[in-house]
Amino acid sequence: MARGKITISEYYCKGCELCVSVCPKKILKLDESKINANGYNPAMIIDEYSCIACASCARMCPEAAITVERID
Amino acid sequence: MSVVFQKTKGLTDNKTHYCPGCSHGIVHRLVAEVLEEMNLLEDTIVVVPVGCAVLALNYFDVDAIQAAHGRAPATATGIKRVHPDKTVFTYQGDGDLAAIGTAEIVHAAARGEKITTIFINNGIYGMTGGQMAPTTLPYMKATTAPLGRDVNIQGYPIKVSEMISTLDGAKYVERVSVNTPANVIKAKKAIRKAFEVQQKGLGFSLIEVVSSCPTNWGLTPVKAMEFVSEKMIPYYPLGVYKDETAEEAK
Repeated sequence: MARGKITISEYYCKGCELCVSVCPKKILKLDESKINANGYNPAMIIDEYSCIACASCARMCPEAAITVERID
Repeated sequence: MSVVFQKTKGLTDNKTHYCPGCSHGIVHRLVAEVLEEMNLLEDTIVVVPVGCAVLALNYFDVDAIQAAHGRAPATATGIKRVHPDKTVFTYQGDGDLAAIGTAEIVHAAARGEKITTIFINNGIYGMTGGQMAPTTLPYMKATTAPLGRDVNIQGYPIKVSEMISTLDGAKYVERVSVNTPANVIKAKKAIRKAFEVQQKGLGFSLIEVVSSCPTNWGLTPVKAMEFVSEKMIPYYPLGVYKDETAEEAK
């Protein structure tokens, strides 16, 4: 299965957790160790080797904060 | 390494003012992606409403004008008639389109104006603090219906897509949602089709997007999307309500 790499922009993230709720591999969560300039816990990836580049997270992100790449 | 998904050029770099999890952001992105893919960013004029989406003119990287409350279809009519070569669309919420602007949207559709309307139906007034909208579900609570909407007092919700689809001037009417990634993809296809109808000059097109308002519904963004799936969509069934694009082609 294809492997992916996602980049989450903390600048835009508002910690709404929609990406967390739709990830089929359950590898996203909010980073409770920090607060971004917007005042929210930004989303983070906890297991980058499991990403399959499905882009579900990016499609649900209201802030367009997620970039998805496929590792060939 | 190949890029699967990145932010569209149709959106500016501004941070949105929307609450966390607001589906306005998703719909903005879909519209911007469609305009970018159709190579229309230089030739598009958006008419923004009164409501939360009034500041959409800061986020769409296209020319924009702000209309009086509910009058976006009337303003868009004027722009389209003066500039028939431009793509003109209105982006309206339910307080704007289904309440104060009912006359304008109905008559714009009846006249068959060659504009596209993106209608965000989240069943509540967002910007002003969660008052009941014409699209609020029966028994759904709002600040002006604290015990829930009682249909014997406040009447029944307006189903805009069904209503507009009865008008001959409307050529493409579809109701979509953005509650799941699969529905987001379907919503994008619908928005693209609506803009294609306008490009072909067939007539009026309307896409109703069943959306969420986590803040005024008093739910988390994830729970709000579940509310859309469980309560909103059964009342506002998704689907194509009118598609006269095939008939015109014959």
